[in-house]
Amino acid sequence: MSCRASLGVLMKEAREIIGICQDEVRHSIVNSIYQSAESIAAGTVSSKAGKNMDWDRRIDRVLTSPVWGFPIMFGMLTVILWMTITGANIPSAILAQGLFWIEERLTELFIAVGAPAWLHGFLVLGVYRGAAWVVSVMLPPMAIFFPLFTLLEDLGYLPRVAFNLDRFFKGAGAHGKQALTMSMGFGCNAAGVIACRIIDSPRERLIATLTNSFVPCNGRFPTLIALATVFVGSSAASMSSAAAALSVAGLVVFGIAITLLISWLLTKTLLKGIPSSFTLELPPYRKPQIVQVIVRSVLDRIIFVLTRAVIIAAPAGGIVWILANTMIGDTSILAALAGWLDPFARHLGLDGFILLAFILGLPANEIVFPILIMSYVSGGVMMELDSLEALRRLLVDQHGWTWLTALCTMLFVLCHWPCGTTLFTIQREQRSWYWMAVAAVIPTVVGIVVCITVNYLVRALGLI
Amino acid sequence: MAGSKTLNQLPVGSAAVVRRVNAGGIMQRRLLDLGLVPGTRVEAVGRSPLGDPIAYNIRGAVIALRQEESSLVLVELES
Repeated sequence: MSCRASLGVLMKEAREIIGICQDEVRHSIVNSIYQSAESIAAGTVSSKAGKNMDWDRRIDRVLTSPVWGFPIMFGMLTVILWMTITGANIPSAILAQGLFWIEERLTELFIAVGAPAWLHGFLVLGVYRGAAWVVSVMLPPMAIFFPLFTLLEDLGYLPRVAFNLDRFFKGAGAHGKQALTMSMGFGCNAAGVIACRIIDSPRERLIATLTNSFVPCNGRFPTLIALATVFVGSSAASMSSAAAALSVAGLVVFGIAITLLISWLLTKTLLKGIPSSFTLELPPYRKPQIVQVIVRSVLDRIIFVLTRAVIIAAPAGGIVWILANTMIGDTSILAALAGWLDPFARHLGLDGFILLAFILGLPANEIVFPILIMSYVSGGVMMELDSLEALRRLLVDQHGWTWLTALCTMLFVLCHWPCGTTLFTIQREQRSWYWMAVAAVIPTVVGIVVCITVNYLVRALGLI
Repeated sequence: MAGSKTLNQLPVGSAAVVRRVNAGGIMQRRLLDLGLVPGTRVEAVGRSPLGDPIAYNIRGAVIALRQEESSLVLVELES
């Protein structure tokens, strides 16, 4: 044996010995820490957790059962959406009536003091109406959905969702805790992006960040709900809200499927790698502090919506009014822009105004639908939109919507660029303009592909 | 060792005692930090609907582990 080779063997042996020792030293340190912790605990802590733990296991056996696990998850989502839909109708109508009654009084006031028409238009028909739409259309669903979801979180159900879904995320090369960051995304995608910090591995955190907007946030749910109620639920009144809830829940499942697909594609292309370790605690179930949670999160939503209505929706309303009332030749800028977008939007099953509303809605998703209504309304006759029936008339009778238009719009609501706040948050979290751009491009491309496919497929099959 | 298995082979509802953790690196530390030190009693309490991950009762906390991690923990079945 040559000198070099025997030295190599010796070196290897030496390394092995050091390795074993290192491990053993670590083992014994951790062991002794646990031993002393155990002996201290044995002397001081008395536990009667046995019974509670038993109940937790029993509940877990149902909620994570192979048979009931997934149906219960889907059922809970549907029930929450159904409660949101049925609960939001009446307060939405009351708010709309109240706020538009104020609009009329404001109009009378402007006329009484002899204010110029453009000032009345900009301030009342633009700024005020923009804010009023957002408050009346968006606030009630948000103020119902969000507290219900918070209750579920408080109960300790969300880690079970992550537990149930983890196998899918592993298959997609992603982290099981992505199910938790997605749950946060239901509230707000920017919050979901921040929640991605709970994922240790940078690769998997980035996957969770880039795909978070495939979960419809609170700012988008009301739009989905309104469209589902108008187009799915218009037939039988008693079953209508249930059907609408089911269709929105189905759309959420579709969003989850897209999330998994895109995560898988990312791990095969831009973000290659193997799944990192996964440990998830399933905490004991807790009795939620119902009153506290509801009061706090309802107030939180009201403040959130009102703030955003003032900061974002009011200026956006003003801008939309200016665009709709500044004429170039005989068409308004709004109509010209919409006309320019129209040919492309038609491929997606949308129209120019819908696509324009999405673009103008970049600052916040909750203003997309109000902007759309405003631009539809400002082009034609003035109308009171204080009921879903009026909304149906505006969309179907005046602007030629079909169920396919509604479906494509809902799909595009689910899959398009994240709102400005979310993009800004991604930039801040990842410290990268590149990943922020990727986070905007991915859902947009997905949305365009999905909408074109659905649009042409439905037409080719002669379903419409 | 009689009845020695890896943790992922432990049937749900039964308990075992940890003998060794063979992970190495950060994973080793993470598993030790969870309390999976030799001599600890571990009980498999439930599977997720698709069989993986599995939830274990480790020192009173219920922790879910994927096959990849639980297969690194050597345990001895309780008689």
